[in-house]
Amino acid sequence: VAEADDVRTPARLLAPLTIYLVLFLVVPLLLVFVYSIRTFGGYGIVLPQLTLQNYVDCLSEKYLAVLLRSIAYASMATVACLLLGYPLAYCIAMYGGRRKNMLLLLVMLPFWTSYLVRIYAWRTILAGKGFLNLLLLHLHLIAAPLQILNTPFAVVLGLTYGFLPFMTLPLYTSIEKLDRTLLDAALDLGATPISAFLRVALPLTAPGVVAGVILTFIPALGDFVTPDLIGGPETQMIGNVIESKFFIENDWVHGSALAFILMAMLMIALFIYARKAEKEVRG
Amino acid sequence: VSGRRAPWALAGYAVAVYAFLYAPIVILVAFSFNVSKRNAAWRGFTLDWYSQLFHDREILSALTNSLEVAICATLLSTVIGTLGALALARYEFKVKGLYNALIFLPIVIPEVVMGVALLTLFVSMSATLGLGTVVLAHTAFSVSFVAVVVRARLEGYPRSLDDAAADLGATPWQTFWCVTLPMIFPGVLSGALLAFTLSFDDFVITFFNSGAGATTLPIKVYSMIKFGVTPMINGVSTIMLAVTFTAMVIADRFQRGSAATPPS
Repeated sequence: VAEADDVRTPARLLAPLTIYLVLFLVVPLLLVFVYSIRTFGGYGIVLPQLTLQNYVDCLSEKYLAVLLRSIAYASMATVACLLLGYPLAYCIAMYGGRRKNMLLLLVMLPFWTSYLVRIYAWRTILAGKGFLNLLLLHLHLIAAPLQILNTPFAVVLGLTYGFLPFMTLPLYTSIEKLDRTLLDAALDLGATPISAFLRVALPLTAPGVVAGVILTFIPALGDFVTPDLIGGPETQMIGNVIESKFFIENDWVHGSALAFILMAMLMIALFIYARKAEKEVRG
Repeated sequence: VSGRRAPWALAGYAVAVYAFLYAPIVILVAFSFNVSKRNAAWRGFTLDWYSQLFHDREILSALTNSLEVAICATLLSTVIGTLGALALARYEFKVKGLYNALIFLPIVIPEVVMGVALLTLFVSMSATLGLGTVVLAHTAFSVSFVAVVVRARLEGYPRSLDDAAADLGATPWQTFWCVTLPMIFPGVLSGALLAFTLSFDDFVITFFNSGAGATTLPIKVYSMIKFGVTPMINGVSTIMLAVTFTAMVIADRFQRGSAATPPS
């Protein structure tokens, strides 16, 4: 009787989730794909003929520049997050003691708050007459307000700020597991603290670094709010182009193709990561 | 176990990173009480912006919309996500790997893609965009977060408890209500709080799926930012931050509370 129950129950438990995943995830993504291979007939018009021309268009010079720019910004932000997040995670995991959980919660809290609000905060700080310029003027570090908004620097800064918690969490998990006696052994055998870190701690926490890089790069690449609020026309990323294809140019066909290209790039990154992780588990 | 102190350079660096994380939030909150309209210099303390925003009909209706949407999306996603997590944590079946991959999809795909995909769905079904579509869209991504959180809670769950209940004559339904649910309740509650904050704060997916009539608080904030800066934005933002902070601190308490292990 128990076995029969085991077979029946998951179906009942799973039914709502299955319906939801199929209806609101699988079907919508398929619809986007169908749109992406239809023919664009001008503003707001989608012709039923199937074609791959949209993908060819999306890889033309005009969009390629945006794609490459998005990859560049997301990569720079990921590196910046790593440089900020690794020492932070290391400090919490190694020296946090009883306050570890609290310190980690402090890292995660900003992540749970509205991304829009946090990027808006930067918009006011970086503005021409904003807090940062006023502070720098006050300290006589600059003679005239700097143009910071609308620059690539502002966008990379915003992405770094927005996704730093994504980087820190997996790094922390990885460093937490590190056997500290190995570091002590390296030090006892005459390694300098720096070489002990580079040759023992860093290689052993590499899986955390990879996970952090993936988790940061993915949302950064597809971000739309940061370039929209603190970037300018010259710093548009792929998310902004998709948005304007749907809402301004009323060209869902190319918008869908771009959305699919974005998703494909991320899926490839995730796939490579999953393969690597699998290999590591198998040894 | 501790007792080692961080090298001062490392500790200083960590403090600087914390400052980087919190400075913008602190500045934003501080300027919501500033007399000056500009977010630059301090001109004195005031609550005027708050009294203005609590008399602003559009902001109040956006707040009401946001709360309604968040409550509906939370209820839907908590029920669906918890049932799904139970099935995935307890049973072995052929397509389990597929489910595991699908559950993570809304967490990893870019919000823009998710927003576009749901918009395409609603338009294909000729659904009128409004608060209803926003609830469905929010549920679509919250379900995954709830399922992941609840499932983590179920990892250490002793199935022998459920077996004991069954042996003592409880029906599966009674076992669920009287044994399983109370045991995993902290996980369910923190999943629900997470779903609530995700929905309450969501901008991108709402932006694609709300149509003209359904303005939530983030949508209102966005249009205030885009069309003329008013100092009220700081106040609205501060309220949003306060709601999320409260929900997440409560969720953290519950998640850390008694682990799902029986007294020995």
